[in-house]
Amino acid sequence: MKTIADLVAESAFFRELAPPYQQILAGCGRNVVFKTGAFVFREGDESREFYLLRAGKVAIEVDVPGRGAMIIQTLGEGDVLSWSWMVPPYKKRFDARAVELTRAIAFDGACIGKKCEADAKLGYEFFRRFTVVIAERLAATRLQLLDLYADRP
Amino acid sequence: MRTDLDPRGAEATALDPMAVASYAVRRLKGETDDTFTLELQPVDGAARFSFAPGQFNMLYVFGVGEIPISISSDPLKPKTLWHTTREVGTVTRAMRQLKPGAVLGVRGPFGTHWPVDECEAKDVVIVAGGIGLAPLRPALYRILAQRDRYGRVVLLYGARTPADILYRSELERWRARFDLEVYATVDRAMSGWRGNVGVVTGLIGRAPFDALNTVALVCGPEVMMRFTVQELQRRGVRAQAIHLSMERNMKCAVGFCGHCQFGPWFVCKDGPVFRLDRLREWLGKWEV
Ligand SMILES: Cc1cc2nc3c(=O)[nH]c(=O)nc-3n(C[C@H](O)[C@H](O)[C@H](O)COP(=O)(O)OP(=O)(O)OC[C@H]3O[C@@H](n4cnc5c(N)ncnc54)[C@H](O)[C@@H]3O)c2cc1C
Ligand code: FES
Repeated sequence: MKTIADLVAESAFFRELAPPYQQILAGCGRNVVFKTGAFVFREGDESREFYLLRAGKVAIEVDVPGRGAMIIQTLGEGDVLSWSWMVPPYKKRFDARAVELTRAIAFDGACIGKKCEADAKLGYEFFRRFTVVIAERLAATRLQLLDLYADRP
Repeated sequence: MRTDLDPRGAEATALDPMAVASYAVRRLKGETDDTFTLELQPVDGAARFSFAPGQFNMLYVFGVGEIPISISSDPLKPKTLWHTTREVGTVTRAMRQLKPGAVLGVRGPFGTHWPVDECEAKDVVIVAGGIGLAPLRPALYRILAQRDRYGRVVLLYGARTPADILYRSELERWRARFDLEVYATVDRAMSGWRGNVGVVTGLIGRAPFDALNTVALVCGPEVMMRFTVQELQRRGVRAQAIHLSMERNMKCAVGFCGHCQFGPWFVCKDGPVFRLDRLREWLGKWEV
């Protein structure tokens, strides 16, 4: 069976990180499984972890009064889920629900934070990767906001 | 090379471009809330309508007006013509009111076509947004008719919501094939939707194709095409291998009136399908 360290080393997100750093980060991770329909987390939950999705699909949802839950985005294999553990008030801002059976590595944010503080190079490498994810999500969200298909074909 | 399956090549254009042929509506099929497909047959019964994938016709609703609409049918079944149209204004609204048996004027086919032959032995990535799937469907029909000539074939499709997904049952059939990869995504959906939510450009990074041996065919709103091009190039697809279908208002459709001018080009005859590197200078802020 593959260890967390193996899975971290194989993931696109951490693949190019130096192996000793991969080992350190793997020490903060654990395997988790979510059944179809199960919540990975709920809006307002304390945010202590983030997830690296190994398989399956997760919908990020927000409840719109009068309309019900709307899906803002879905994430799948190789994607990183949640960065609210890094920024105050450390609360989940959306619901995240498994649309299919989903396997992931859950990383303990406090553990990662400590390792990054202890080794600034690791901290830089780790947050640099996270910044890329955040920037890509922001760009995609901006495109979504344009509602491209609404008026012109 | 022309083949038996290639009804017409690059030169496929109307013999007399100003001649209007009469076509009868055989069927009007609602696709989504604001989109419908007209199935047309020549009134004289006998004529075949040969066209190349990506070309368009000028459709004339008598007494209302004439507009360019891409051909969305199978080029290998030239006896009926399909046009999938989104209702946006005067002519498209009138078109939607047509009943079976009603007669419509058709001029065409016009314009350049998707380089389907150039895709042979290569991976083909088709990226469509919204109604942009309509002009790409004939290319996919052609490719699937000679599937063994191509490498991997990937269709990436983005729509506004699940209800706006065009050709839904056909997409589902395509997705069930072992020799075609279909990924669809919507910009927003209510909880319970099991498909993808996110912009179509987000599908490009993980789609299975060899960027260095790929031809990309792209059609959708211009902003969507701009970001699609960026993602394709980020994957390593060369500008010479990326083809886009551009839209401009049209009148004559044969390069006389200048209505459709785009830089040094007339979209009606130099386009609508353009190779990205040829457009580079005119795309300005596309930064390609
Ligand atoms: C080469 C080519 C191929 C095309 N293929 C298709 C196709 O396959 N299916 C299809 O539905 N449309 C297609 N179009 C667009 C189509 O020609 C227009 O939507 C149509 O001309 C609108 O006519 P109308 O009289 O209904 O709208 P108008 O009354 O002229 O316009 C009504 C409103 O729609 C807006 N509008 C005008 N043109 C467009 C446009 N292109 N897109 C969106 N809004 C517009 C106007 O700004 C106005 O606000 C194509 C255009 C070109 C140039
Ligand atoms: S529409 Fe007249 S020149 Fe193109």
